[in-house]
Amino acid sequence: MDYQVFFINLQKKYIIVLFSMNNRVKVKRMDKSIVYPYIPNSEPEVKKMMLKEAGFKDIEEIYRDIPDKLKLKRRLNLPPPKSEYEVRRNITATMAKNKTCNELLCFVGAGCWPNHVPAVCDEINARSEFLTTYGSPPQLSPGLYQTLFEYQSMICELVGMDATAGPMYDWPTCCGEAANMAYRITGRSEILVPRTMSPERLSVMRNYSESVVDITLINYDPKTGLLDLRDLKKKISSKTAGIYIENPSYLGFIETQGEEIAKIAHDKGALSIVGVDPSSLGILTPPGEYGADIVVGECQPLGLHMSYGGAVLGLIAFQDDPKFVAEAPRRTISITTSNVEGIWGFTPVHIERNMYIAREEATSFTGTTTVLWAITAAVYMALMGPQGMRELGEAIMQRSHYAMKLISEIKGVEAPTLNSTHFKEFTVNFDGTGKTVSTVNRALIKRGIQGGKDITKEFPELGKSALYCVTEIHMKEDIEKLANDLKEVVEREVN
Amino acid sequence: MKRYHQAVWDDPLIFEMGHKGERGQIIPEVEEEIKATVGNVLSSIPAKMLRKQLPKLPEVSEPEVTRHYLRMSQQTIGELGFQIGHGTSTVKYNPKINEQLARMPSAVDVHPLQDEETVQGWLEVLYNVSRWLCEISDFDEFTFQPAGGAQGQFTCAVLIRAYHKLNGELDKRREIIVPVKSHPCIPSSAAIAGFKVVAIYPDETGTTPVEAVKAAVSKHTAGMMMTNPQEFSIFDSNIEEHIKTVHEIGGLMAYDMANFNGLFGITRAGDMGFDMGHFNIHKSFSTPHGSGGPASGAVGVKEELKKLLPVPVVEFDGRKYHLNYDLPHSIGKIRGFYGNVGNAVRAYAWMMTMGAEGLRETGEIAALNVNYLAKKLVEIPGVRLLMGENPYRPRVGGQAEFNLDKIKEDTGIGLQEINMRIIDYGHMTCETGHHPYIFTENPFALEPCETISKANLDEYIEMWKQIVHEAYTNPEILKTAPHNTTFSKLDASVANDPKRWAMSWRAYLKKHKARDDT
Repeated sequence: MDYQVFFINLQKKYIIVLFSMNNRVKVKRMDKSIVYPYIPNSEPEVKKMMLKEAGFKDIEEIYRDIPDKLKLKRRLNLPPPKSEYEVRRNITATMAKNKTCNELLCFVGAGCWPNHVPAVCDEINARSEFLTTYGSPPQLSPGLYQTLFEYQSMICELVGMDATAGPMYDWPTCCGEAANMAYRITGRSEILVPRTMSPERLSVMRNYSESVVDITLINYDPKTGLLDLRDLKKKISSKTAGIYIENPSYLGFIETQGEEIAKIAHDKGALSIVGVDPSSLGILTPPGEYGADIVVGECQPLGLHMSYGGAVLGLIAFQDDPKFVAEAPRRTISITTSNVEGIWGFTPVHIERNMYIAREEATSFTGTTTVLWAITAAVYMALMGPQGMRELGEAIMQRSHYAMKLISEIKGVEAPTLNSTHFKEFTVNFDGTGKTVSTVNRALIKRGIQGGKDITKEFPELGKSALYCVTEIHMKEDIEKLANDLKEVVEREVN
Repeated sequence: MKRYHQAVWDDPLIFEMGHKGERGQIIPEVEEEIKATVGNVLSSIPAKMLRKQLPKLPEVSEPEVTRHYLRMSQQTIGELGFQIGHGTSTVKYNPKINEQLARMPSAVDVHPLQDEETVQGWLEVLYNVSRWLCEISDFDEFTFQPAGGAQGQFTCAVLIRAYHKLNGELDKRREIIVPVKSHPCIPSSAAIAGFKVVAIYPDETGTTPVEAVKAAVSKHTAGMMMTNPQEFSIFDSNIEEHIKTVHEIGGLMAYDMANFNGLFGITRAGDMGFDMGHFNIHKSFSTPHGSGGPASGAVGVKEELKKLLPVPVVEFDGRKYHLNYDLPHSIGKIRGFYGNVGNAVRAYAWMMTMGAEGLRETGEIAALNVNYLAKKLVEIPGVRLLMGENPYRPRVGGQAEFNLDKIKEDTGIGLQEINMRIIDYGHMTCETGHHPYIFTENPFALEPCETISKANLDEYIEMWKQIVHEAYTNPEILKTAPHNTTFSKLDASVANDPKRWAMSWRAYLKKHKARDDT
């Protein structure tokens, strides 16, 4: 039965040509009967034989338990089948309507950032074995387990913690998981978060934890953006399960009071939770060294394409303490020994708390997450090494500071608006130009530049402001083009 | 029988490779003028925030990193073996063209916050896929934001919460009814959304009795969340009655379409009366599992619930596509941006390839394959179907569940040993089905998707015959399995020993090397 199959669509009848191994050619003609390349048993003779052996007179009989009135009596209103060539042509043409960041100069971040993706990352995550595996026991896929342990280990090195859960969906959902974890560990029902927190992350945190914790916003110093410690001390109480901060913050500045904030939390019996962008951790002190109990973050910068927001990878690391490990929102694996001398084994920890077993008592509902991206991030971190991460962080800072300097020289434009040290993102204010962010961005896009995210509605107190992002991929000429075009747009062009 | 042997490389951990100073990537050199202009940027970081000691990442060259992870991939099974053992998981063939399309620069080199004018291709794909999903499900709107099947169900639970909150009834509607042989992500999702879970059990026909739902509903009911079929893969003929019962007391019905693969083009969620539900795009719609994600649990709703969906939803004005954030009662965000949208491109390519006829063929052959397998496998002495064996009830969910009680009783060999022996043939081990185990202590679940051929099925059945034969005649070979792998046993006791477990290399070094050194 080893045939190659071709179809020809001829006046809505399908002619199926089967070439057998010895090149005898059979031609069958039948109405509406198609042999599908992905469905071997759609071959009519095989199908008939299987029905007979399974004891059914026809396919309909398999569906005899479905009440007749629930059966769809018509063909789905979708197009007819297409060949691989037609599909390629169609979707390639549709997606060509996008402008990519190879054509645009992209200066927007806000949770997904333009960074370079090393070729080896794509090489490895396209490997069929990693791509097409689902779950697997360690004996059947030891390479997958070792890779995941290496991923966990490298993440722990970056954030300065000893333990971590396996890969999670993304940073926002990790905020939700961290809030729930803090509630379970402390038995308390309030999370304090900075008013500068990413609104998207805050919204996800609310959806995740609404039933167990209240979320209270803590004010920030309007000059620097740093957390207002007086407001924090006023609002923290014996109800507080945890204090969450972001470093670097959503608005791009470095929160320098991490240690004091952790101390304030710990003094009240609350946990310190810190959100990070790992691309900063070659130069910034890891949260594990300033008192964090739980660290969350977004690993998209670690070798993942922006993918219209579709390739993100959440991290959640925590203290290597049974109290924390037991409350981990997702399976984590431990290194162990195997029966072969010198060969590592890897085994899941605390599987009894996952949803498959604990059901409504589970620490999280999470099942399938983002393992392919964790494999990719492992490759990225291994390629970068300590020096690479250091140089990445420094290059991002140099380039973003250069951009801030040039932009701040434009009349009526302020950058950054907050008087703090920024990492790769920063706020740009246009109040002095009389123009709105959307006006500026519309003019920039015509010039091939994607401007920063409009945060005028998210942070009205910051005026007409945008959140700009500059990374290691923005060359001097790119930054200068941004500054020049911005200048022209705000000074000369009238909307 | 075909032979198999795993690749054995004995590669050390990446931390034990390379040499100090080696590297696998160079950062673009920052131009001198930039350096001169900004000066020493690191000095602007307050001392306590400046990292003192570099992260102890590996220092390895690019060829060595590449070789290491290629070896790791070779020691990962993927589609090389039959993935029939993944009952309830719908692990089907992932077409290569879909992967190529989803990885085009025009798809991946795009930022989610780009100007709408520059992402019309993306929006068109998302819009068209949502329209097609609506046709397949009879829902009226879809969101791709949920990042997996479980998050799809969590989103449904949050939508139910938002619906009753909007109606001012959330205080009294605190319960979600869950038929237990639906997926366990449902009770965990409902609980995390704040609901009390009311579990109801199937009867000996493998489906939920009408009276069980009637007894479970009350003025406290917020809704019911379920798969249909449940794990036994037997369609619940009373589904309309269940839905009527829940609707009559003002509850909502959420459908987990995890067990949908055998039902493409046959029956639809909306026609049954469900208010909302999710598709596993990474399962039924052929997108790869990626060793455990990225997945996609696209959630669909009927028109009256559209106002609650996470924002944004994709709309089309006849000329251009837009992201609409203006849903006044939206639950906000459930995940960052728009979800794992790469899987929408793959699903688009798959649906376009299959067409209306091919989707129905998918359902029919998935159902045919599993019934063929079920009928053949129970011819092996000791292997029994779980529920609906005599009289036989057809499996329509794509999977079938079996029990091994007799083999276990006769030989002491259970699924654990059989699974380890299956590895020797290079195939995926068998799922147990989900907790709670009912009607058997020794369940296992298989799912031969439509992409498996009859010859594959026959080979797989032969393997089972051989292994069951061994269980009766040579149990030792099962107890010591697997034999054709890098290792066969590992010390799992560390998993419950905080002094010895190590979830990172640095933890391992602290706990074990310190001891070794003394």
